[in-house]
Amino acid sequence: MANFSKPRVPRFSAEVYQNTHLPEGGREVNAIVTVTATGGGTTGETPVPAFASSSPSSSPSGSFPAAAPDAAVVIMVDSSGSMEYPPTKMRNARDATAAAIDTLRDGVAFAVVSGTHQAKEIYPGGGRLAVADATTRGQAKEALRKINASGGTAIGTWLRLADKLLASSDAAIRHGILLTDGRNEHEGPKELLTTLEACAGRFTCDARGVGTDWEVKEVTGIASALLGTADIVADPAGLAADFTGMMESVMGKEIADVSLRLWTPLGAEVRFVKQVAPTVEDLTGRRTEAGPRAGDYPTGSWGDESRDYHVCVRVPNAEVGQEMLAARVSLVLPAPDGSPPQVLAQGLVRAVWTDDLAASTSINAQVAHYTGQAELARVIQQGLELRKSGDLDGATAKLGRAVQLASRSGNDDTAKLLAKVVDVVDAAAGTVRLKAKVSAEAQMTLETRSTKTVRVKK
Amino acid sequence: MSQLPQPPQLTVCPACDEPLEPADNFCGRCGADLSALPPARDGAGPVAARLRPEHGGPEEGDYRLAAPGPAGRTDPAARPATGPHPGPAGPGRAPGHDTVPDPRATDAPAGVPAGVPAQAHGGPTAAPGSGPACPGTGRTCGACRAGMIDKDGYCEHCGHAQPRERDHMEHESAGVAAVSDRGLRHHRNEDAYAVSTTAQGDGGTAVIAVVSDGVSSATRPDEASAAAVLAARETLMTALPLGTPPREATHEAILRAAEAVAALAAPGHRPREHDQHRQENAPACTIVSAVVTGDLLTVGWIGDSRAYWVPDDRATQPARLTEDDSWAAQMVAAGLMSEAEAYADERAHAITGWLGADAYEIEPHTASFHPDRPGVVVVCTDGLWNYAESAEQMAAVVPPDARSRPLECARHLLGHALDGGGHDNVTVAILPFPTPSEGAGSA
Repeated sequence: MANFSKPRVPRFSAEVYQNTHLPEGGREVNAIVTVTATGGGTTGETPVPAFASSSPSSSPSGSFPAAAPDAAVVIMVDSSGSMEYPPTKMRNARDATAAAIDTLRDGVAFAVVSGTHQAKEIYPGGGRLAVADATTRGQAKEALRKINASGGTAIGTWLRLADKLLASSDAAIRHGILLTDGRNEHEGPKELLTTLEACAGRFTCDARGVGTDWEVKEVTGIASALLGTADIVADPAGLAADFTGMMESVMGKEIADVSLRLWTPLGAEVRFVKQVAPTVEDLTGRRTEAGPRAGDYPTGSWGDESRDYHVCVRVPNAEVGQEMLAARVSLVLPAPDGSPPQVLAQGLVRAVWTDDLAASTSINAQVAHYTGQAELARVIQQGLELRKSGDLDGATAKLGRAVQLASRSGNDDTAKLLAKVVDVVDAAAGTVRLKAKVSAEAQMTLETRSTKTVRVKK
Repeated sequence: MSQLPQPPQLTVCPACDEPLEPADNFCGRCGADLSALPPARDGAGPVAARLRPEHGGPEEGDYRLAAPGPAGRTDPAARPATGPHPGPAGPGRAPGHDTVPDPRATDAPAGVPAGVPAQAHGGPTAAPGSGPACPGTGRTCGACRAGMIDKDGYCEHCGHAQPRERDHMEHESAGVAAVSDRGLRHHRNEDAYAVSTTAQGDGGTAVIAVVSDGVSSATRPDEASAAAVLAARETLMTALPLGTPPREATHEAILRAAEAVAALAAPGHRPREHDQHRQENAPACTIVSAVVTGDLLTVGWIGDSRAYWVPDDRATQPARLTEDDSWAAQMVAAGLMSEAEAYADERAHAITGWLGADAYEIEPHTASFHPDRPGVVVVCTDGLWNYAESAEQMAAVVPPDARSRPLECARHLLGHALDGGGHDNVTVAILPFPTPSEGAGSA
C-alpha cells in the first residue's frame, strides 16, 4: 500500500538491554526493554495501519487518518461544594477546562462532565459527544458557566458516565481527563474499584488532584488502572497550564490499545513486568493469557514517546554452554476482527550459561539503574507511610535510602521533593533528619510523583 | 561442508509404532523427532558422544538430509552443500548402521571449503533465521522434542537455542581434513578453519590449512576468526600458483588476514548491548597456517594456535612447529618459569600477539621444514592442545592410521578434547605428508 502522505501513526522499535550471561545454576534473567514509537513520514518503513476502516473521521481514502486524530475525550471536572473553598478553585477549574477545550483539534469528539456525588453532562448533553470545531468549542466554554459547585464526591459515577459517552464513539483513542479536589466520600472504595475494573481497557484517563484535600492513592489509583498520568496541582492557578499540557499529550496519541506481549519458555516463571520509565508501574498482575506460554500486559495509547520496561523471568536451569530464549517481548496491536494481532516490534531476551565469572557477574547498567529507581519509588511510599503512622525511625531510614538512591541515579526532581520533607545531612550516605514541619503540599507532591523515574545517565 | 553421523534408519516410530517412510524426519502421527537416536559407537564416536540430549537431536536434524531435498527447509542455516545429495543416495542409509559419515562434504567444490558459513555471520542478535519473516522453520526442537523452532532459531516451547551451522563443521578432501566444534562449555563456536588444495607454480600441488581462534574477551570473535581464515586462504591460493615461495606467501597471507580482522572494527559495527563486558575490545583472533608443497612444509602463525609434526613411525621424534605468542611461552622463553609452572598459571593463555585492530604490531612468524619421513601435520587451536600440550602427548593421541584417514584422525582428536572436558572451542586440521598422490592435480 502506497502511503504518500505523512501518516499519523507511529512506528515502534524495541531494544533489549541485558547481561545474557548466567552462572552455572543461575536462573533469573533481567532485561530492560526500551520501546520507542516514532511518528511516520520520515522514512520508508511500513507504518502501522490506522483504524481507518471503522472511523467516521477517517479520510475518504481510508488508508490513513485525516489530519484530525481519531480520538474522543471526556473532561470530568469536580464541582462538589468544596470547590468553592476558596472560590478561586472553581474559577480556575473552569478556566483550565476552557484551556483544554481550546487545545482540542478540529474533528476530535469530546464532552464535558461535571462531577459531584453524581455525574452530569455539561456539554453537549443527550448522551452524545460533540465534534470539535470553532462553534462547538465556543458552546462548550459557554456551557462551563452552568457548573455550580455543590454536592459531594462520587468519582465512580463520573467515570461510568465518561465510559458511556466514550462508548458512543468508535474513535481509536478514547481518553478521559479527571479533576478532583477532595476525597471520594460518597461512594465506597469498593465501588470505585469496581468501576475502575469495568473501565480498564475501555478508555485511558489522566487524573489530577487540585489543592491538598484529596487522597493521593485515589488519584494515582485511577491513573494507574486507566493507564494515564497522575499529578498534583496544589495551586489552582496552575491548572490551565496543566490541562493544556495534558490535552496536547492526548492530541499527540496516535495508536491505542497496544499490549506488551511476553512469551516465556516452558517451565519459566514471570517474576515481574514493570514499566520503569517515565514512571514505575507494576504490570505483573494485569496479565491476560495470549496463547501458549504468552501473556499480554496493557500499555494503553502511544504518541511519539519512549518507555522502558523491566522484565524479570526465572527460566529452567540449563548446562554451561547452553543458550535459551528467556523471553520474547513484543508490542502487539489486537486486530478488531479477532485475527492474530499485529506485531509492532519485538525484542529477544536471551540466557547464555557460562563458567566465565567475569561475564556472568556483571550487572547490566540499565537493569541496575531501574532496579534502583523502582526501589526509590517504593521507599518513598513506605517512608511517608511510616511517617504518617508515627514510626519516625523507620521513616528516617526509608527516606534516607530514598535520598541516597535519588542522588546516586541523578533523579534531581525527586531529590528536590525529598529535600522538602527531610533535611539532608549526607546524600551519598543517605543520612537524613525528618523535618519537624512538612507542608501537606510537599508531602502529597512527593507521594504523587514518587514513581517518576529518570533514564540512565549517558 | 559438514559431515555428521547419519541417524539410523527406523522403520516404525519409536514412540507410537507408526510405520515410517524411509526419509521421514518426524513421525507423521505423533510428531516425534526421529533424529533422536542412541549415541554412535563407530569411528565417529567421539563426535556423537558430545551430542547430549539437549542438542543431539536438532544437530542431527539440522544436518541430516531432509527427504525431498532442501525445499522443505526454511532455515537459512541450511548449507548449499547439502542440496545436491538427497539422503537416500548416501551409503549411510542402509539399515543397521548406527552412524556413517555423510559423504556430501567430500563433494564440495574443490578449493572452496571453509569452516565458516558462506553468508555473513551477524553475531548473536542476527541469529540464524532473522532474515525474511516466516512463521517458523518447521523443525522440532531437539532439547524438549515438543516445540517447533521459530525463525530466530529458538524453540517455541522450551526456548532452547538450536545448533548453529558453526557448532560443528567438518571437511575432508584429498590432502587435508578438518573438524571444528563448539566444545562443551561455550555457547558458540568462535574458531574457524579454511582448507584447500591448489596448484603450485611449478605444477605440483599445494595443500593449505588455516585455523583461527577468536579471542573471547573481544567483541565478535566468531567474525574475526572467519574473516582471518578466509583472507589467509585466498591469499595463499592466489600467491602459490604464481610461484611465490611458500614462506613468503604465508607471511603475506597472515598480513592480509590481519587487515581483514582489523577492518571488522570499522565504525558502523555498533557494539552489542548484551555483550557489554566485551565492548571495549575490537574483534581479534589468532591464526596458524600450514602449507604442504612437495617435500616442503611451511607454517605461519600469530597467537597461540599451533602446528605439530607427528611422524608415522612413533619411534622417531614428533615436534611442535610453532612458538606461542603467549604469556606462558614468554615466561618459559625468558627462563623465568618452567614450562609446567608457566602453563599452570592462570595467565598462561593470555596471548601476546593477535590479529585485530588493537594489535600492537603484526609480526607473522613463519618456518619451513623438510620432513624426511611420512607423517601428519596437526594444525589446531588451544581447545585441542590444552589436552595434549607437548609434541609427545599429541603424538600419543594421534591414531596410527592418521595419514590414511585424516578425517577420522581429526574427529578422534576432537573426541580427545571433548573427553577431557571440551572447555573451549576445538578446531583441528590434519595434513598427511607427503600429500597423497591420488589427490587432484597430483605431481
